[in-house]
Parts: sequence; structure tokens; C-alpha cells
Amino acid sequence: MTPFDMIPLQWAWGIVLYWLLLGGASLLARHVSGLVTDLIFPLSALGALVMALVGGSALILPVSHFILPIGLPDLPFHLRLDALSGFFLLLLGSAAFGVTVYAMGYFRSMADDQVGLLALWFNLFLAGMALVLLADDAYAFMVAWEVMALSSYFLVTTDHQIPDIRRAGFLYLLIAHVGAVSLLLCFGVLQGGHGAYTFDYMRLAEMTPFWASVAFLLALFGFGAKAGLVPMHVWLPEAHPAAPSPVSALMSGIMLKTAIYGLLRITFDLLNLQIGWWGTLALGLGLLTALYGVIFAAVQSDMKRLLAWSSIENIGIIVAAFGLTLIFYTDGKGGLAALSMTALLYHALNHAFFKSLLFIGTGSVLHATHERRMGHLGGLMRYMPWTAWLTLVGALAIAGLPPLNGFISEWLLLQAFLLTPGLSQPYLNMVIPVAAAAVALAAALAAYVMVKFFGIIFLGQPRDPALHQAREASWPERLGMLWLAAGCVLLGLLPVQVTAALAPVVRLLTGQTLVNDGSWLVLAPVSAERASYAPLIFFAVVAVVLLLTFVWVRKVYHGRIRRADPWDCGYLEQDARMQDTAEGFGQPIRQIFEAFMRVERERPDPFDRKPRYSSASLDQIWFVLYEPIARLASWVSDKVGRLQHGRIQWYLIYSFATLIFLLVFVTR
Amino acid sequence: MTLSLTYHLQVINLLAALLLLISFAMLSQRRIVGLITLFAWQGAALSASTAIVAWSTGQHHLYYSAALTLVLKVIAMPWFFYRLVKKLDVDRDVEPMINIPTTMLIGIVLVIFAFNLAMPISQMSGTVMRSTLGIAMATVLLAFLMMITRSKAIPQVIGFLAMENGLFFAATSATYGMPLVVEMGVALDVLVGVFVLGIFFFQIRETFDSLDLKHMEKLKEK
Repeated sequence: MTPFDMIPLQWAWGIVLYWLLLGGASLLARHVSGLVTDLIFPLSALGALVMALVGGSALILPVSHFILPIGLPDLPFHLRLDALSGFFLLLLGSAAFGVTVYAMGYFRSMADDQVGLLALWFNLFLAGMALVLLADDAYAFMVAWEVMALSSYFLVTTDHQIPDIRRAGFLYLLIAHVGAVSLLLCFGVLQGGHGAYTFDYMRLAEMTPFWASVAFLLALFGFGAKAGLVPMHVWLPEAHPAAPSPVSALMSGIMLKTAIYGLLRITFDLLNLQIGWWGTLALGLGLLTALYGVIFAAVQSDMKRLLAWSSIENIGIIVAAFGLTLIFYTDGKGGLAALSMTALLYHALNHAFFKSLLFIGTGSVLHATHERRMGHLGGLMRYMPWTAWLTLVGALAIAGLPPLNGFISEWLLLQAFLLTPGLSQPYLNMVIPVAAAAVALAAALAAYVMVKFFGIIFLGQPRDPALHQAREASWPERLGMLWLAAGCVLLGLLPVQVTAALAPVVRLLTGQTLVNDGSWLVLAPVSAERASYAPLIFFAVVAVVLLLTFVWVRKVYHGRIRRADPWDCGYLEQDARMQDTAEGFGQPIRQIFEAFMRVERERPDPFDRKPRYSSASLDQIWFVLYEPIARLASWVSDKVGRLQHGRIQWYLIYSFATLIFLLVFVTR
Repeated sequence: MTLSLTYHLQVINLLAALLLLISFAMLSQRRIVGLITLFAWQGAALSASTAIVAWSTGQHHLYYSAALTLVLKVIAMPWFFYRLVKKLDVDRDVEPMINIPTTMLIGIVLVIFAFNLAMPISQMSGTVMRSTLGIAMATVLLAFLMMITRSKAIPQVIGFLAMENGLFFAATSATYGMPLVVEMGVALDVLVGVFVLGIFFFQIRETFDSLDLKHMEKLKEK
């Protein structure tokens, strides 16, 4: 290894340190008004940009190792940068750049003292996530994982004066720690009796199928809790509305991906064998998560909660792709495994861009209107054109419409699903087309959700007179959104180049790469006869048709804009209350899938002077799974609490009995 | 020499038996002043046996241990407790939680258990007085039992100190005592502990108007 090869890793570690230093500096800077937003956040964003470049370069350069002289005695931190880490660092850096630029503008209205503290956690969070991706031993990984969890907890509870937000933060912290315990156990299994916790030793450990399965299940549970896999998803719809929007963007866009990274790292890199039923399990869980998430997204009326449920859906799709990859990989179909792995990585990258974009878009709306309930929004496109158009790009991308990026990854994934008849297991052959239908359903419902999201917030008439005062977002906010929207467009237009750049990661994980049967312009993942897609040509055709239509309408048809009332069904007047509401739009879905949710309605009395109607669709899993567990825990602690009498004699008897028991036990 | 060693051993065994007897006496004693006197006698027996062990085996540091025991447990602490009892005026008949015959029976069971327990350990030990290890353990357990059955604060502290006596005896009989530094440390701890507890007694009495520990149930977290 030449010193030159070490450069990306040293840069990456340098940026982690740089973020840590910036976090410390923001504590000092909070005493000077405006310094944190005008200096610390731009510097963090610069670090993110460099991190993206480092990650990109690691895709090409060879693997590099690095042992840090910090940590416990005899237990130094091992760092390693390979193509997989590099890809996720690229994702982290490029998405975090947009969000951090946006944060410059977003947090300007916050009190200096509070924003200083927030910038500390913000930078720690970025550093923690990067360190998770770089860690090469279980100890460093867990430390970084906890830094990430704790700093994000403090970010979620920024407005900790509100009891609901404290409650959401607690739920998040609780599930994060249950997951972390599972990961700790997983690493305990993975070290396979060597007692060495570096990943290098874990790669060498020979596991029996039983213990490998135990390790995989623990990893799936632990990372699933972080990613929001059903049924560990309950923290997401609580934590995201509670957190400030740039924090939601980072958590949803990037932090959930670190869990995907961990799952890939353990399953394909550290474990020396993979078993087919793991893939079936992951596929089933992923599909369940995707459908569950999108159904609940459709019935939400809080815009950030809707996006949180949509994140659950996207994680579901990613995990389904992961399961499919495992099925192909264990079946010896390396080429197909490479195809679905490419779809997985592509979707992870896409989701980082469009979900961050949508979250910060809602942040701008929130700042302009101080309203999260979609029933009180509407018609904002006229007052906030920048935010509206950029959010539209994100909404179209997440809905999976060409020529934007969401389409590519879902198309690749569906291609992979359509090729399953080649599998050697007949049962899977029969079941997987159903799974493909489920993915298609989830994608279609996601488009429905986005129509609701964008339509209710930005189109139509303002539902509240206060909305006429809504102001456009500030310039840093627009720049941040512009960066992410540009990412969505570029990732959509250049799939051939992006899949080529992903090739080293895919080769690292599955041993093969995606073969592009097309040219630099046309993406044909399997063979040119079967399916191919040329986004640039598609885009050009769409653009030309649009342009021609526009010109034709302007020059030939009538050439002027007419403003007139639409046909109003014979009503005397129309007002904003006659528009479709968020609840109304989601109602068909609620009717169909009512079995999954617990609907609580509050109907007004017929003689009520001020009638109020409200309904909430609650997560059934919460009542079926979590409440019994909570009741059991409080029952057990109640029983244990009875041991505490407050009488010294009883405490003495406890120790006496313990002493006698231990004496008998020792001398037996 | 052999003759003298056997002779010494006889005396040590006698003192050990005395120690056990005093432990039982403490279990059955109802008056606090009587308890303090018995505690002083227990200390004296311990001190004497330690001195004889030191003389017969030539372990000179044990002389210091014996002197320390004599000063602290036979003179200083009993005197302190006598003063405390006089000041607090708490020397009354105390009904223990379990009646005394039952306590004695439980004590006998504990002694049998302790002897059984000590048998395999004393076979490993190479000291002259390994056979007394069972008695040492029985003393510890009986003192613990006394702490459980008494509800007033001072008998509990005396029970705690009697337990320390038993441990000290166990250490001497199994390994000719702990290093002197450790002994000094333990002695200092016990001394400080007694003073702190003495202050607590006044505080408890001021708060609850009694030294009966059942009032402390009120402190339980609801």
C-alpha cells in the first residue's frame, strides 16, 4: 500500500475531526449573534462537500486501513474505507451539504443560545454518522452508533418544552437502545469465540449455519429498529414531526441509510455464508413495511408525519430489494443479484435526495405559515413559488415518475422481480410475482400520497386567511433545496453513468456487476431486447413536446392568458372550504385498509352550535404489540417494587438469604 | 514443642467455644446494656485467642492485631455504647421480632450449616487452628441473625460489629490473619462507622422520637 492510497481515509477522518471541532466551536460562537448560522453551518456544509468527494474517490481507489491511537487501552479504533463505505459517505456528504446549506437560513430566526447548542449536536450527528461508515471494529462501530443515536435524540428534542416532543424523543431513544443491544449481541456472535472484535477477524470466523442465522436475525432486528422496519417503525412518525425540519431531513435521508449500510456490511461482508431463507424473510418484511408505510402515509393529515410514513415505505422497498438480492445470491444467480443490489443502492441514494428535499420543503412551509396540519394549508404555490416548484421536483421523484431519479431505481427493482422465474426453487417462483405486484402497488400508492401532499399544501385556495401573509423562503434555504432538486434530476438523467459508478460497490458485495447492454445513452440492465430506458431522449422528447405546445398555444391558438371563474356547479359562490381536504383525499384508502388501523372519530352532536368533526387513524401495531409489552413491563416492575418494604430487617433477610444461597452454591 | 502446641491448641479451642457461646448469649439477651457487656466479652475472647495464636506460631504481627482488638472492641466501643445508651435512655426490655427459643433453634441450624460448610475449606488450610473455622463462620451467621431479629438501632449495630469479629476470627484461623495494613484499615473503618452511626442515632431519635427502625418505613419511596 502506497501512502497515496491512504489519502481518502485520512481526509475522511480529518473531516470527522473537523465536524467535532466545529461542534465545540459552535458552543463558543453562540455568544455572538448570528455567528453560528453565518459561519458554523457554512463551514459544516463545506466539510460535507469534501466528504462527498472523498466518498466518490473511494469508489475507485483501493481499500485503505488506518488504526487510530484513541479508545481504551489495547482497544484502538480501527478505520477502513472501501467502496461500500465510500458510497455511503458520498450519500452522506452530498445530501448533508444541501441540508446544511438550508439550515443556515432555517435556523436564523432561532435564539442564538439555542442555535449554538443545536449546531453542536448537528455537527456531532454528522461526525457520528461518518464514523459509523468508517468503523472497522465492533467497538468503534458501537461508539459511533451511540454518538449518532444520542446526538440525534438531542436534535429531536430541540423544543423540549413541549411534552409531546419529549415523549417522542423518549420513544426514539428507547427503540434506538433496544436496537443497539441487539447489535451488541450480534457482534458478540460474529466474533465467533476469537475474542477479537475487529472486522478483519470477523471476516475470518467460520460460522455454523445456526450461529450465522442468529447473527443475521440479530442484525436484522437491530438495524431494522434504526431503519424503521415494521414492527419497529413506531418511533418514526413521532420523532419526525417533533424534530426541526433539517434534522428530519438528515435523519430520514441519511441516518436510516446507515442502518442499511450496517445490514449490507454484516450480511455480505462479515458473514462467511448466506442462507436463502434470510432473503425470503427480508423480502416479506420489506414488502410488509412498504405497504404498511404507504397506506398510513395516505391517511395522514400532518405533512411531516406523512413524510415519515413515506420514509417507512421507502425503507421497506430497500429492504425488499435486499431480500431479493439475497435470494438471487444464494441461488447462484450472480448477475441478477448484481441487478437488484444496484437497484437497492440506487434507491438509497435517491431517497436521500428526494426525502431530504421534501422535508426541508415542509420546513419552509412551516416557517412561513407556522402550520403543520395540511387542513390549514393550501394555495401556497402563489406565495412561495421557489419552494413549491422545488418541492414538486421532489414529489415527482418520490412518486417514481420519469425522467426523475425515483423512476430508475424502482424500474430496476421491478426488472429484477420480473426475472425471478429463473430461480431454482419452485415455491419462490410462484410467490415472487405476487411480491412484484406488491412493490408496484406500493409505488402507485406512493404517487397517490404525493398528489395529496403537493396538492393539498401548494395548490387550490388557501384554507386559512393567514396564509396570504406567507413569505418565500430565504436564499440559503432555496439554495439547499436547489442542490437536492438538481441531484434528483441528474440522478434521473444519467443512470448509465451512475450505475457504472456503483459497479465497484456491487462487485464488492455480490462478486459481479451490472452489465449494461445499452450505450452511454441507453440503460439496458439485462439485455437490450428485454428492456431499455434512455432518460435523456425521453427528457428531450418531453421537453420538446412541452415547448411546442407552449409555443402553439401562445402564438397560434389565442395567445393570451384568460382569467375566469371555473364552472362552479351552479353554486352562488365558492370558497376555500369547498376544496377537498387532506382527510377527504385519503378517505378511499382508509375505507379499503381499515383493518390495519384503529380509527378514532369524534362526531358532533346534531344540536351542537359549533360542530367539530375530527378523526385520527392510529397505528394498530401500537395497540397490538407495544401496549401489551408496556403493560407487562409495568406489571413486572410493580411486583418487583413490592420487594421494597422500607423495613431494614427485610433487606437484611434478602442479603442473608443471598449469602446462604451463594455459600451452598459455592461449596456444592 | 509438640506438647506445647497441643496445649495451646486446647486453649484456642476453648476460647473459640467461648466465642460461640457468647454469640448465642447475645442472641438471647434482651437488654441493651447486657448486649454491650457480652460484646465486650466477645472482643476479649477474640483478643486472647489472637494473642495465643501469635505466641504459639511466632506470627508477630498478630500481637498488634490482638492489641488493636483489645483497645477498640473491649474498651473504646463498649464505653462509647454505654454512654450512648445512658444519653439516649433506651435501655429497656426489647421484644425481638421472632421469639427467643425459635431464634435459638434457627441459630443451631445455622451452626450445623456453618460446620458443614467449613469442613472442605479447613482441609485445604494449613494452619494449626483450622478446626475453628466452622466456629468463625457460625459466629458471622449468628451475628447476622441477630441483626435480622432486632428492631432497635443499637442492637443492629452491635450485631454488625459482632459479624466483623467473626470475620476477623475466620481470617486468623484460616490464614493467620490479614496483613497488618488491612487490619488497621478495617479497624479504622469500624471506628468511623460507629461514630457515624452514633450521630445517626441522635438524628433518628430526633426525627421519630424513637430508635425503633420500623418508623423508617415512612421513608419508602411511594
